[in-house]
Amino acid sequence: MTSATETHRAIELVARQSYGRLVAYLSARTRDVAGAEDALSEALIAALTAWPRDGLPKSPEAWLLTTARNRLIDRVRHRQMQASNASALELLADTGDDVMSQVGRADELPDERLKLLFVCAHPAIDESIHTPLMLQTVLGLDATAIARAFVVAPATMGQRLVRAKAKIRQAGIAFEIPDAAALPARLDAVLRAIYAAYNSGWEDAAGSNASSQGLVDEAIWLVRVLKERMPNEAEVRGLLALMLHCEARRPARRSADGRFIALSEQDPQRWLRPMIDEAERELAAAATMQRTGRFQLEAAIQSAHAERARSGRTDWQSIALLYEGLVRLSPTLGARVGHAAAVAQVKGAAVGLELLDAIDARTAHGYQPYWAARAHLLAEAGRRSDAQTAFDRAIELADDPAIRAHLLRRRADR
Amino acid sequence: MQYALLVYETQESFDARKDDYMDKPLLAAWRAYHSALVEAGVYVAGDPLRPPETGTTVRIRNGERDIQDGPYANTKEQLAGFTIVELDSLDEAIEWASRCPAAAIGAIEVRPLAPDVKSRIVR
Repeated sequence: MTSATETHRAIELVARQSYGRLVAYLSARTRDVAGAEDALSEALIAALTAWPRDGLPKSPEAWLLTTARNRLIDRVRHRQMQASNASALELLADTGDDVMSQVGRADELPDERLKLLFVCAHPAIDESIHTPLMLQTVLGLDATAIARAFVVAPATMGQRLVRAKAKIRQAGIAFEIPDAAALPARLDAVLRAIYAAYNSGWEDAAGSNASSQGLVDEAIWLVRVLKERMPNEAEVRGLLALMLHCEARRPARRSADGRFIALSEQDPQRWLRPMIDEAERELAAAATMQRTGRFQLEAAIQSAHAERARSGRTDWQSIALLYEGLVRLSPTLGARVGHAAAVAQVKGAAVGLELLDAIDARTAHGYQPYWAARAHLLAEAGRRSDAQTAFDRAIELADDPAIRAHLLRRRADR
Repeated sequence: MQYALLVYETQESFDARKDDYMDKPLLAAWRAYHSALVEAGVYVAGDPLRPPETGTTVRIRNGERDIQDGPYANTKEQLAGFTIVELDSLDEAIEWASRCPAAAIGAIEVRPLAPDVKSRIVR
C-alpha cells in the first residue's frame, strides 16, 4: 500500500514530466489540443482516486495515456450522436491500441512535443499567443500563471488561448515537422517564442518574484526539449547557451539587501561556474555547425562578458564587433541599443549617442533599455540636463522597483 | 452564366451557430432556400464557412510569403472570386494559396468550410 502523500507526489511528478508528451501525443492525430488537455486533466483526477487505492501502476504514463484516450473516445462518440463526424474517432481508435500494446515503458511513447511546438508557433497563429500556447500545452501551466507573467487579465489570456486552440483544430493546422525549405523560418518562430518566455521572467523581476523565476526555468526546459530532438540545429544550441549565460549571473544581479547590480558592477565570483561552462560547451557545439545566427551571436556577446571572470577585464572591442554582426543580421531595437552602448565603451559616449540618435524616436519611445542607455551616455558626455530627462523616462518605464531604485541612484550621482 | 452569391454575416450570427441548435427559424429558412435553388435547377455548389477568426491570410510580397492570423480586412481590394479545394491541412492550403496569382497583388484568405453546419441545412 502506497501512502497518500507518496501517491500525490508521484502524480505530480508524472504530470510534470509527461504532460507535454501526452498532450502532444493525444492531439497530434486529432489536432484537438483543448480536447487532449481536458482528457488528460480528467485522467490525472482519476489517478488521484485509483493510485492510492490500487497502488502505483507499473507505467504511470501509460496508465494516464490509456485513461485519457478512453475519455477522448467517449467524448467523440458522444459528439457523434449529435453530428456525423467519424474521422476523429477513427483516428484515435486505429492509432491508440496499436501504440498501447507497445507502451510498456514510458520512454517508448513516441515524442510528438516537437510537432506541438511547431504548431504553437505556426505563422497562422497570432505571434503574441505563441509563447502562452507553448507554456500551456507543453508544460501544463494554467492561464492565470501565464497571464501574470504577461501582465494580462487572466480572463483575457484564457480567452485568447481557447481561441488559438479552436483555430488549430478548425483550420486544420498540420502536426508535422516543417520541410527543409520552411524549417529555418519556422524554427526561428519557435525559438523566439521560447526566448519570450525567458524574458517574461527575467525583465519582470530579476529574481524578486518566485512565479516569474518559474517561467525562466520553463523556458530553459523547453529549449532543452528542442535540443534533444534537434541537436544539429545551431540556433537551438545558441539559444540554450544564451539563456544559460544569463542565468549564471542571477545570484550576482542582486545585493544581499535586494539592490539591483548592473552587469559591469557584478562580482564575477558570484556567477555560477557550471552554468557558464555548459553555455560555453553549447556555443562551441553550435560553432562547429557553421551556420551563424542571431542567438549564437547574442550568446557570444554574453560569453565575452563572462570572460571577465577569468581575465578581470571586459573586451569591449570584441563585444562591439559582435553587436555589429548582430545588428546586420537582426536589427532589433535591443540589438541596436546594445550596439550603441558597446561602441560607446570603445569610441566614447558621443559616438554611442550618434547610434542611438539614428534609431527612430517613435520606435524607441516606450523601450526602457533605450532610455537607460541614453541617460548614461548623456551623463558621460556631460549633457546634464538632457541626461536628467532621459533618466526620468527610463525610471518611468521600469517595471521592476529594484531597477527604478538603481536608476534613481545613478541619476543622483550625476 | 454562373454567379457567386457571397454571404456576409454578423459576428452574432456566427456565434449563434456554436450552439448545437442553430436558431430554428433561421435554419428552416436556409433549408427552404437551399431546396428552392436545387428544385429550380440553378444550384451549382456552396458551403458555409467557419467564423472569421479561423481564417489565415496569405500574401506574397517581394517573393516572400507573409502569413497572418485572422481574416483579410477589406480595405482597397474587394472579393474577386473563390476556389474550393480538398486538402489535408491548413499548411497545404497555404501552399496552394501562395501559388494563386492574386497572392502577389492582393491577398488570399484561407477559411475552412463548415460541413457540420451544412449538414443541418442540406439533409
